[in-house]
Amino acid sequence: MGDNIVTESFSETHRAAATPIVIVGHVDHGKSSLIGRLLYDTDSLQDGKLAQIVESSRKRGLAVEWSFLLDSLQIERDQGVTVDSTRIPFRLGSREFVIVDAPGHRQFLRNMITGAADAEAAVLVVDAKEGAQEQTRRHAMLLRLIGIRHVIVLLNKSDLLEFDEAKIVKVESDVRQLLGRLEIEVEAVVPASARDGDNIASRSERSLWYKGPTLVEALANVPPPASRAALPFRMPVQDVYRFDGIRYVAGRIERGTVRAGDRLSIGAQGQVATVAEVCRWHAPELPVAGAGESIALRLEPDLVPDRGDLLFPADDKAAAPERSARIRTRLFWLRGEPLRVGESFTLRLTTAEHDVTVASIDAVVDLEDLTLREGDSVPPDGFAEITLAASHAVLFDPFSPGFGDGRGVLVDRYQRIVGGAPLIGPAELADGEHAIHPTASRVSAARQVQTRGHKSGVFWLTGLPGSGKSTVARAAELALSEQAVNATVLDGDTLRAGLCSDLGFSPEDRHENIRRAAHVAKILAESGQVVIVALVSPLQADRAQARQIVGENFHEVFVDTPLETCEKRDPKGLYAAARSGKIPEFTGISAPYEAPVSPELRLPADRPEQEAINTLTAFILRIVQP
Amino acid sequence: MTQTRILSRDQSTTSRASSLAQPRIMDDLDQLEAQSIFILREAYRKLKPLSLLWSLGKDSNVMVWLARKAFMGRVPFPVMHVDTEKKFPEMYAFRDEYTKKWDLDLLLGYCPPVEEIDPSLPPAARSAARKTAGLAAMIDKHKLRGVIAGIRRDEQATRAKERVFSPRGAGHRWDVRNQPPEFWDQYATPYEDGMHIRVHPLLSWREIDIWRYIERENIPLVDLYFAKDGKRYRSLGDQDITNPIESNASTVAEVIAELETSRTSERAGRAMDHESEDVFERLRVAGYL
Repeated sequence: MGDNIVTESFSETHRAAATPIVIVGHVDHGKSSLIGRLLYDTDSLQDGKLAQIVESSRKRGLAVEWSFLLDSLQIERDQGVTVDSTRIPFRLGSREFVIVDAPGHRQFLRNMITGAADAEAAVLVVDAKEGAQEQTRRHAMLLRLIGIRHVIVLLNKSDLLEFDEAKIVKVESDVRQLLGRLEIEVEAVVPASARDGDNIASRSERSLWYKGPTLVEALANVPPPASRAALPFRMPVQDVYRFDGIRYVAGRIERGTVRAGDRLSIGAQGQVATVAEVCRWHAPELPVAGAGESIALRLEPDLVPDRGDLLFPADDKAAAPERSARIRTRLFWLRGEPLRVGESFTLRLTTAEHDVTVASIDAVVDLEDLTLREGDSVPPDGFAEITLAASHAVLFDPFSPGFGDGRGVLVDRYQRIVGGAPLIGPAELADGEHAIHPTASRVSAARQVQTRGHKSGVFWLTGLPGSGKSTVARAAELALSEQAVNATVLDGDTLRAGLCSDLGFSPEDRHENIRRAAHVAKILAESGQVVIVALVSPLQADRAQARQIVGENFHEVFVDTPLETCEKRDPKGLYAAARSGKIPEFTGISAPYEAPVSPELRLPADRPEQEAINTLTAFILRIVQP
Repeated sequence: MTQTRILSRDQSTTSRASSLAQPRIMDDLDQLEAQSIFILREAYRKLKPLSLLWSLGKDSNVMVWLARKAFMGRVPFPVMHVDTEKKFPEMYAFRDEYTKKWDLDLLLGYCPPVEEIDPSLPPAARSAARKTAGLAAMIDKHKLRGVIAGIRRDEQATRAKERVFSPRGAGHRWDVRNQPPEFWDQYATPYEDGMHIRVHPLLSWREIDIWRYIERENIPLVDLYFAKDGKRYRSLGDQDITNPIESNASTVAEVIAELETSRTSERAGRAMDHESEDVFERLRVAGYL
């Protein structure tokens, strides 16, 4: 089969790269079965594979499971889900495809992106009976955000609707409406059964009313990637080498064409140089190179650009990239904890790295109905529109499906990729908004650990006045210094004597006091310091806010000394004063104290003080020692 | 089709303005080559110390070749050969010849005897695991943060799950359930003491791409890949655990012709792949390539 489908291929001598096709969809809607079926129907199986499937199915006492073909890892079979994406080549006529199988299981979104990001087309598998589900919407959203231009919808298990035209047309219209809201153009909606093979490679006898393409026909119709050679030239500098006295500016051309003699602007500084030579090793000598080629340039004058500097045409203003220090981006968020305003990251854009801060979260996508809502955080695996503020102007081309432009990626201080951030365009500053562009440290967390010999952390001691927070904190500070761990103590009275001397004890002022302490602690921790905060911080909500500000480095410690003990100790005479009414809003007497529900460490009062100090010191050491 | 139209337009532009040279239209090998060069340059920039595993097989020769492409004719970091001392004599001769010809900085490592290896592994896998132990010792000795290895997705299903930059935690273990996201050519480089990153520049290549590239670039190979007396090696491991296949292909072109019709898997001659369903994954989690 299939030989007559792609007859109009390009010339015999030119072998095009395989077209990557990603298969996505809700868990159990039949992605893996579809792939197995597709490989079988197009005769793309290696000898022995089919026997392996039959054998594996037999061992498990099942009928032939097409999905076993892909479930090549033992753990997948054990869990019954596909863990990671895999790539499988298959061929239609003379055209080669690579199928990327992406998992539908929700927590594995990042694996799906890993597989799907380079695909030219996508097959969205939807169970005809169940219709679009949560992951269907999520994956569709992602197809839009990573910029996949061609989407084919497969209504799998259509046999469950007896291939009934009216029922299928209804599902089709729902799915089209959903994708329409995401501005995704649908190439075809194919009613099919992967298990039985209907409308996969051959036309089904059960859906004679259906006049559209089979899945294989729809795939064959996917056009090859658009040419990027005609666009204005862009090459981000990947590295600069000096070999045998010659300086080479190395990089891959993102788009356009470069020729010896071209005048190029270099990065945001705008220096200009002329291309003296287009260099390659063991390749035909050509004074020209086009999009996709990894080359090296010799420049005249012999400038030394930095990695990340964008090279672009110097003499054509219309061909220059956008330049802005505030950028609107779409976001897909991959970290386990939510994203909040004020967090700092490295924005990677091809080889460039920029320090950025989340200036605002402008809208969060509601995955129930794909509408944009206001929100102050982006949940794990969530989507949003956010504004990033950089410490200096960023050169970029806005994101556009099918091209490599504007593919921003957010990286945390541990060099982990935490989100994708397609750059939409420069962000206007709203009226009255402060144009703040915070800078982030260039010292990586790993480097800090190397120089300091330990990791950082914020240890937040909460407890009643007189519970012993400051005493324990100061003693732990000393004990830690003996272990060569530098700790800073931020205690309530010290803060109120200086930084917070304008604040009183009203709920608002207490809240502000805690907010300031949390920000100071965060700054210190980011510089690699161990911070012990000793603050009454009586309210659950205020401590939650502190945790939010500090982030994953926050560790709550409850100094659990009962009120009677504190009042008996009363080292500063405060309880006596409060009882006599001299101090209003005194925690424990005339203001509430909400004990932590699940602190990471509890220091009970019924033990000697030295034991509390040892326990806290050991707890801190366990967390900060590398 | 669209592509046909683009081609014809480009050609007409060339004929009208023939003074302005046009870039070559990239075919599949050009694209794979450009991507591999990009990966090798990323590794060289981000991971120091870095070394390339040179097993003397066809894939690692292609890798050395691609490194020379990336760095204008030289390999600016050492290459490693982890010697099991059970390779074919032809392979040692090849190693010595091309270390000189390609001006390579060669690091040699050796593998512990099989008696020191996990006895619960089946015999061939146990023998293969010697290489893992030898490699681990090399990584520790040279404090490597980056190791370039020539694995491909199409070789084996477990390898299909790999990342281009694949972090290895303490004890060199591969956490297959918790791999970092990798997209848009952005590679994660998390780092803690004791970690290293395996870099896989050939991940997207297929066996036939390797052979076509060898043909196009005229890359030298050990003779064992070519048929003598009706047999040749398709994949080269240790002498005792690698078996030749029936073949009359005695040139690169004949090998390509053979592969175009072959439907058996490349590693069919590697004994440890067949011992049990999950043995290859067990080997890889522990650090095998």
